[in-house]
Amino acid sequence: MPTTKSLYGRRLTGYAIATGIVLTAALALAFFYAPIEADQGFSQKIFYIHVPLAIVTLGGFVFGGIFGIQYLRSGDTRHDLRSYTAIHQGLIFCIGALITGSIWAKAAWGQWWVWDEPTLVSFLIVFLLYCTYQPLRFSIEDPERQARYAAVFAVVAGVFVPVNFIAVRLASPLIHPRVLGSSGGSLPNDMRLAFYSALLGITLLFITICKYEMASKHSRAQLAALRRSLIGEHDEPAPARSAAPRIAVK
Amino acid sequence: MSNTLPPNTGYVAAAYLVFLFILLIYIVIMAIRAARVERELAELLVQSQQRTASKADGEASSQ
Repeated sequence: MPTTKSLYGRRLTGYAIATGIVLTAALALAFFYAPIEADQGFSQKIFYIHVPLAIVTLGGFVFGGIFGIQYLRSGDTRHDLRSYTAIHQGLIFCIGALITGSIWAKAAWGQWWVWDEPTLVSFLIVFLLYCTYQPLRFSIEDPERQARYAAVFAVVAGVFVPVNFIAVRLASPLIHPRVLGSSGGSLPNDMRLAFYSALLGITLLFITICKYEMASKHSRAQLAALRRSLIGEHDEPAPARSAAPRIAVK
Repeated sequence: MSNTLPPNTGYVAAAYLVFLFILLIYIVIMAIRAARVERELAELLVQSQQRTASKADGEASSQ
């Protein structure tokens, strides 16, 4: 008798519980343990959500590129799904980072956006670059070509992300602080603990959502396969055109 | 204990609410998708049961 195995849902419950615990602890640390910053005051608390979102976003894009390389090397569609999910979730987190950053800018600098600040503008460029990923996928009908072109995009854009990040850090900072640098605005220990907890919590949230998204897509693909086997290939309507990878159910 | 909130509390609340709102939208979308999968599975189960019943009827009438 053929057996099915859970490819993407493994350890999902554990990740979800860990995310809930760590995020709650991180919020408690940020608001009740970390001191109020002398210069910015209470508005600096936005830092504990904005910076982890931005870091995890960029990490997600880089991992999208790594999975893209794995897809190009192996042709395994599971890597295409992983790459797609990492970039898709990265974009959602990127929107969160942009909005929370804009609110923080208004509170700290009195402006929603500062166009001559390289950190902000480069992050916006990365966001706009990845906004083209979904339309690119949607524009290609053949699933194999779609996966291959998307993987090439993910690799090239994934390389661009750290290069862009390093270039901006090497440039002279204007307004945006360098909180994790070796000089200048290094964090005190109590703030550092709250920040790393928040970073871990947001990272776990990203992984949980990615795993959930992949498990959901896989179960829909399994459902479609079940329908095909029950009602027959010819009665099944053609799958709608989609930017999402088409998953082969074995 | 002071009754006044620290300055810029509104901005901090807005930033965290944005995060929660995005999370909530995502949960709603995934809930809609999960409900659709459940509905489609129920349809397939009905079809499968009908097929089994008609097969059993066919076998009974041939005997």
